[in-house]
Amino acid sequence: MSETLETKVLTANFDTPNLHRIDVYEEQGGYRSARKALLEMSQDEVLEQLESSGLRGRGGAGFSMGKKASFIPKGSMDKFLCCNADESEPGTFKDRLLMQRNPHLLVEGIIIGAVAAGANRAFIFIRGEYSLQADILDAAVAEAYAKGYLGERIFGSETGLELVVHRGEGAYICGEESALLDALEGKRGNPRLKPPFPANQGLYQGPTLINNVETLCNAPVIIEKGADWYRQYGEGNSTGTKLVSVSGNVQRPGNYEIELGITAREIVYGLAGGPLPGREIKCWFPGGSSAPVLLPEDLDRPYTFESMAEAGSMLGSGAIIVVDDSIPIVGLALRLAEFYRHESCGKCVPCREGTNWTVKMLQRLDRGEATPMDIAIVADVQENIIGNCLCVLGDSMAMPIGSMIRHFRPEFEAHIEAARDRADREAIAAPVSAAGLAASYESGPGVG
Amino acid sequence: MSAPDRNGAGAAQSTALPHRKTPLGWDEAVDLDKPPAPIPEIAETEVPAELRERIEALMKRYPDHRSAALPALDAAQQLHGWCSPEAIGQVAAVMRVTPGYLSAVATFYDMLRTEPRGRRYVYVCTSVACHLRNAKAVHEAIVDQADAQGLEDFDIREFECLGACDMAPMASIDGRYVGPLDLDDAEELVAQLKQGREPLPGRGLPDPAFKLPWDERGANPPAAPDGPPTRQEPTPP
Repeated sequence: MSETLETKVLTANFDTPNLHRIDVYEEQGGYRSARKALLEMSQDEVLEQLESSGLRGRGGAGFSMGKKASFIPKGSMDKFLCCNADESEPGTFKDRLLMQRNPHLLVEGIIIGAVAAGANRAFIFIRGEYSLQADILDAAVAEAYAKGYLGERIFGSETGLELVVHRGEGAYICGEESALLDALEGKRGNPRLKPPFPANQGLYQGPTLINNVETLCNAPVIIEKGADWYRQYGEGNSTGTKLVSVSGNVQRPGNYEIELGITAREIVYGLAGGPLPGREIKCWFPGGSSAPVLLPEDLDRPYTFESMAEAGSMLGSGAIIVVDDSIPIVGLALRLAEFYRHESCGKCVPCREGTNWTVKMLQRLDRGEATPMDIAIVADVQENIIGNCLCVLGDSMAMPIGSMIRHFRPEFEAHIEAARDRADREAIAAPVSAAGLAASYESGPGVG
Repeated sequence: MSAPDRNGAGAAQSTALPHRKTPLGWDEAVDLDKPPAPIPEIAETEVPAELRERIEALMKRYPDHRSAALPALDAAQQLHGWCSPEAIGQVAAVMRVTPGYLSAVATFYDMLRTEPRGRRYVYVCTSVACHLRNAKAVHEAIVDQADAQGLEDFDIREFECLGACDMAPMASIDGRYVGPLDLDDAEELVAQLKQGREPLPGRGLPDPAFKLPWDERGANPPAAPDGPPTRQEPTPP
């Protein structure tokens, strides 16, 4: 069953033993595309192939990779390519698999990306938690240097490319491209005001192309087999295959490579085995925890960028988190809000305060200290975060929390009622003491 | 050199957890009338030769040497156990930046410890996907076991998504991912950490035989690879 639903392009040879070694990778046809892009094609031809393949960014925003690379100004200044390997979006673990199993695919993708952008320096910004994958990448980069595929005059061409694996130290916000640049420059990872966009002023104020790991891993096959071949996969403006990370309350969580356009039901039930026996799906995140939740009936939609946007959500990083009916929605919303509160960099007020207020209000709601009006206030706070910050971290909390309130308002109300009843019973049962009374005064207004 | 006693060290000056006066997430107040700490003189600063060489090699990798701040602080943390004022002073002296700059950086990142919480770490992921699979209880069980068995020098804490939701609930022990965990694993895991052994052998992501219980294919190639490569010194470009 699962074999037919998967379409393996990137992961086709993942079962080859020792694929992480350069000799094995080259036996599998590796580095042919990089050689072709450098020696047989011009920069414009590479750009043309990437653009007409329709490849869209796999990190979350879904912007055309070829178009993004074409924004890099021409000229002889220092230009940079940054590979975004700071995979921190909750629910996403596809880049981890790619880097662990096939690090040279990424190195080759970076060489092609650098040709497209005219970059002479490249960095892989990998999250510090991925120390195993960073070690594997370090070894792969060293092998590529030894072979002359990185460094000066690579593959005997006139072009040089330096590649450094840079480890982060644990901050979700560094996955945001301008924050990533600040972190790479050795600063606190605060997002920058845009414009200027990184294509014009990015790393060290130079033109910079930033791409996700999976996006770059698609480049070799496009150069090898051509944009027309690549476009046979997918549907509409969502071309190619996609690694989907399925997690949460399913029987077989894991990474599955699918052709864009099969239905979400086929992914969740066909590949991941559906919910555990006796359980039903309550809601699901189609693209990481930042995507608004969808309901079970949306599972029959095709899994594409357009169709997920039509449903009011987004494909994002391609991480499906399935929530079953055993999970209270208030607890889930609270956990989500706590994540974004923790990860907010604190630069913009709506995000810094909004995430904090949301956590506090949801905690009160959970403790039985709220009224139904508080639900309206939580929803209102979310509306006032969206679009009001430098980056989309605040929006990433506001959108899913807003969608949970929209879809599950009766459950929020019932949760408040039940929690208030419980709190009342406990208050009656507990003997009144001077210390308890003082504590209840200290906890401030809104109590009871 | 002695600990930078002026404003520069910021939150790194705060004391160990049980004695802290400020709530979590707040920095201790600093005396704004004092001038910030200057760049420590390298000649007057005692820096272990190994650390100095490592930081100098790191600085050479980048067009701007300040890019080495994160890996340099990480190297100092490995040596000192945390980003202590002493560690920050040493990095500052080698990198020619102020201690204030480095503590501003160190306080931003979760993996850089600005308090002496333990030289090794257990991060238990409690983010959304793990939350759906009972991660909070796993974290509590590990903490309870660590208390019961007297596990010391470990920074055990909840961590945000570690990017291993297929292994949920999971934990990262000094970078080695183990999972899926259940409540009964806590006792064995803590006991093995206490004995200095590798916890839950065979159930870590780098282990050749690692396989998710429901996965026929396995996470690693079928033939045992010659193990993950050891950490190499990065090639200076």
